[in-house]
Amino acid sequence: MARRLDTGGLLIDRDQPVRFTFNGREMDGFVGDTLASALLANDQVLVGRSFKYHRPRGIMASGAEEPNALLGVGKGARFEPNQRATTTELHDGMAATSQNHWPSLERDIAALNAKVAGMLPVFSAGFYYKTFLYPRAAWKWLYEPVIRHAAGLGKAPVKPDPDTYEHLHAHTDVLVIGGGIAGIAAARQAAEAGREVLLIEQTAHWGGRALTDGDVIDGHGAPDWVAAQIAALEAMPNVRLRTRCMGAGLYDHGYAMAYERVSDHRPGQHGAPRHRLWRIRAREIVVASGAIERPLTFANNDLPGVMLASAVRDYIGLWGVLPGQRAVVVANNDDAYRTALALHDAGAKIQAVVDVRPEVTGALPDQARARQIEILTGHGIAKASGKHRVEEVEIGPIQPDGTMGSRTLHRFCDLVAVSGGWSPVVHLWSHCGGKLIWDETHAMFRPDPSHAPMGADGQANTRVVGAANGDLTTAAILPSAKVGASEEATIQPHWFTPSHGKYAHGTKHFVDFQNDVTAADVRLAAREGYESVEHTKRYTTLGMATDQGKTSNINGLAMLAEALDKPIPEVGTTTFRPPYTPISMGAITGSATGPLFKAVRQTPMHGHHAANGADWEPVGDWYRAYCYRRAGEDRHAAVHREVLNARARVGMLDASTLGKIVVKGPDAGTFLDLIYTNMMSTLKPGRCRYGLMCNENGFLFDDGVVVRTGPEEFLCHTTSGGADGVHGHMEEWLQTEWWDLKVHTLNVTDQWAQIAVAGPNARKVLEDAGCDVDLSAAALPFMSYVEGTLAGCPVRIFRISFSGELSYEIATPAGYGLPLWQALETAGAAHGIMPYGTEALHIMRAEKGFIMIGDETDGTVTPQDLGLNWAVSKKKDDFIGKRAQQRSDLTRSGRKQLVGLMCENPKDVLPDGAHAVKRLREHIAMPTIGHVTSTYYSPTLGHGIAMGLIEDGLSRRGEWLTFPVGKDRVMRAQIVDPVFFDPEGAKQNV
Amino acid sequence: MSEPISALAGFKPVDLYIGVADAGRTGQVTLKGELSDGKIAGALKKLTGAETPAPLTVTTGASGARVVWMAPDEVLILLPTGDAGPLVADLGEALKGVHHLATDVTDARAVLCLTGPSVPEVLAKGAPIDLSPAGFPVGCARRTHMAGIAVALWRRDPETWEIVCLRSYAHHLWTWLEAAARPGSEVG
Repeated sequence: MARRLDTGGLLIDRDQPVRFTFNGREMDGFVGDTLASALLANDQVLVGRSFKYHRPRGIMASGAEEPNALLGVGKGARFEPNQRATTTELHDGMAATSQNHWPSLERDIAALNAKVAGMLPVFSAGFYYKTFLYPRAAWKWLYEPVIRHAAGLGKAPVKPDPDTYEHLHAHTDVLVIGGGIAGIAAARQAAEAGREVLLIEQTAHWGGRALTDGDVIDGHGAPDWVAAQIAALEAMPNVRLRTRCMGAGLYDHGYAMAYERVSDHRPGQHGAPRHRLWRIRAREIVVASGAIERPLTFANNDLPGVMLASAVRDYIGLWGVLPGQRAVVVANNDDAYRTALALHDAGAKIQAVVDVRPEVTGALPDQARARQIEILTGHGIAKASGKHRVEEVEIGPIQPDGTMGSRTLHRFCDLVAVSGGWSPVVHLWSHCGGKLIWDETHAMFRPDPSHAPMGADGQANTRVVGAANGDLTTAAILPSAKVGASEEATIQPHWFTPSHGKYAHGTKHFVDFQNDVTAADVRLAAREGYESVEHTKRYTTLGMATDQGKTSNINGLAMLAEALDKPIPEVGTTTFRPPYTPISMGAITGSATGPLFKAVRQTPMHGHHAANGADWEPVGDWYRAYCYRRAGEDRHAAVHREVLNARARVGMLDASTLGKIVVKGPDAGTFLDLIYTNMMSTLKPGRCRYGLMCNENGFLFDDGVVVRTGPEEFLCHTTSGGADGVHGHMEEWLQTEWWDLKVHTLNVTDQWAQIAVAGPNARKVLEDAGCDVDLSAAALPFMSYVEGTLAGCPVRIFRISFSGELSYEIATPAGYGLPLWQALETAGAAHGIMPYGTEALHIMRAEKGFIMIGDETDGTVTPQDLGLNWAVSKKKDDFIGKRAQQRSDLTRSGRKQLVGLMCENPKDVLPDGAHAVKRLREHIAMPTIGHVTSTYYSPTLGHGIAMGLIEDGLSRRGEWLTFPVGKDRVMRAQIVDPVFFDPEGAKQNV
Repeated sequence: MSEPISALAGFKPVDLYIGVADAGRTGQVTLKGELSDGKIAGALKKLTGAETPAPLTVTTGASGARVVWMAPDEVLILLPTGDAGPLVADLGEALKGVHHLATDVTDARAVLCLTGPSVPEVLAKGAPIDLSPAGFPVGCARRTHMAGIAVALWRRDPETWEIVCLRSYAHHLWTWLEAAARPGSEVG
């Protein structure tokens, strides 16, 4: 059994006990434990079921590479699936649950999958591609309900996340990723040279593997050396240190991402974010990310109790936990003997050290021999066996031809510590282009310093130190270190341990533990013609789980190389992509949730609208009132009332969102003549003109009223969503093509609040509000403009109309927006004034046949298509779009043209986008001749009206069109003039 | 006469780990033109007391007016409320014959004053720029983005910063600052 030792455990505080639960069972641990060390201390060796076969799985590693021990952690809204027990710090009250089993961890029905897997092709390599093809009916009864249900890891939380998250941008000279001795030494060196240093470490403590394996450095025990170095760094003002902060990704030009787990280990800390995503810009990056031990591949190597050798001595040394009483150590290198020694010294019985190397010499094996530990050289594990954890191993000699000899022996054990050598963590180096070389001697990929990631200057900006660089021993990393054991003998690459009988084929030799990919799967892929490691990865799903193959990729690609009879470097690695380990969606989102999800623009009267029934809709980045609902009203009733009131009495609209761009300079008129399709230079000061803007392709993209505010100054109104785009368009042309024009532009949209007062009583409202300018038709005729004071506010009054009513658009500096709005409400009360929203605005403009950018235009529509030829100058030499509008496709017959549509049944409202068909048929597809672009029920006319783009529409006036609008439902509408209401303009010209 | 209202009227200061205050409705003028033109520099000096700012800097006149470099051809002038209109008129007079644009934009932007030693840390939660003493010394001015919106900010003294954003986003910036400077969320 696994148990807590009576003494030891560098990281735990035995004076601070902690209680937690696993699957509801109360367990004890200490502050400083990881969930994994605490589970082992409670002899909880079985912690989950595997992805495909639901095989029992236990804790395998002690760090970020853990493939098996994924648990659900937390309760209710704070539940989170797939948390690695090895990187989850234990805290009091933690609730952990195992995953992927039914009905219980110990008795799992789907484990049957594993039993049949040898017989059916269901879960073998490429099963995604083979299985789901046929029979078709199986989708209904097998694939979706059974396989999908059985596969998958963890359950998604069902409630909104109550925690907060944030981003942090950091700039530094040197970013050091990894707080082991190599990273610490690199940080110290850079800091001593006076550079700004940021040193980050993914775990809660400094020192990395040195805490377990560091021996003596500069005359101190490694933990003491680490503590002294950290204290020295902390005292330096140019050094910043962060633990619980993982280097997640390296990107171009020294941009790096780090993931800080701020309060996972102390939940509920007031105000603290749970995670913080660091977005770092570093002039130089030092990767000191260490190395990961590789498991060995033998039959049933996935049984709980089979653990990485380095993890076993971590549990003993760091957390005072002995993972088993009777252990077998399996190795192809000397480092694993450290585990045999640690186990022995902690009181475990070593049943055997099984070493695949025919000869074993060296200091570490000698120390083992000195302790009377049996070493079986040239042997491997033929198979492991046990129900819920390993109980026995069968050991056999590996023959020169690579097969398993028949003279096998058995050893009872509850722990198998395996070591297949070490793989430098080259992930970060590789994220942004660092290349790798295969080191034959040490059987590992290591960074190729001649192909480093580069900065903006084309020079290498990243280097790798320590174990991540292939320097696997303390002595190699720190020449000043005095290491207890002398030179280690070389590793013997060993990728597959042969077996016999039904185990000979490798169907129980697990390579990727998290995705249940076996040696047989990799070999099958090779037999089926998969030569590229990238293709094999996708076909077998090797390395595609949440651990991204940290413990499996090298073993898998070595097996592929073997099967293809190619050298390993020729097969190569798959692509390393950020993040290094999964990071929370919350960290990526940062604070951009709830009210901060999206920046929404508000007009100066926003709060007042909100307090008066505004029912919002987004318009560009703005929130505008769709309508103002009174008690008992639905949207439809409110809109109906608002339209009729504006037509009969007077309404007011918050038009502050309209884009406003000042264009000034001696060449302003010339410039606007080029920007707009119509002539603007002839506009007289004090007058307004409606204008159209086209792109170079001749298509209409924005419209609005241009006002000449001075001899050299114009104010251009744009659509609400278009202001920034139009301003950018103007600047681009000014800066790149017409830089010789003396023109300045300025977007002043936010400077002005704007209110439209529209309706027969509009003039009376303004007069009653107190206005110092003559508002009579003679003094201020339609399409003119004047400045003055209204209700004590400085104003610009534009007599323009988008409703067809007598209408004034009044602009006032935004600070006056709310006072002016309220003054007009008060003055208008006697005249029946009501605010109206965007829907009433849309209906009234449609009744008048005015187009709306984005409804009647979609980027393929010209002014001519919309019957706006009158606004396209024939006199001007040039304007943007002029040449394009002469192209044959834009002048041909058969283009869709704007028409009005009057529904046959007055109560019908055509669906937006409905297509008119040439002939009605039983089934789609029916050839169509155009579609509806705007459609409303007109309260003014008591009739459904619409606008549409119909082929040759201008010459089809009077024709009846057929719109199939749904199952068995057809609407008919007649093509009419798009000006439905007051075509003479009698109402606005008063 | 109606009284104009600041974009952030109604937003109550809350307990944060930096000082966040609405500077109120501040007089603002945008001046666009050829900044290297001696007449423009002269007019600025005469009318505001401030030098024409070099790129990425802010200058201050004796009266307290700030001239912020916004673009190669644009500065933003901040001065007491009500002084913007007269300044526009005076600039028009002083720069007769010089191609330029001067506009009263007092209401286009909200101005916030941020104080305390931790202002760079809070701003770094949103802005990608270097806010260290070396990267952003006193007198530095930058336009950048944070909280999903465009902002301009400058450092008046080691612990006093001004930040402006379009008025329509003022509530958003305020809400963001309330979250970013929440006590307990210090980066340290």
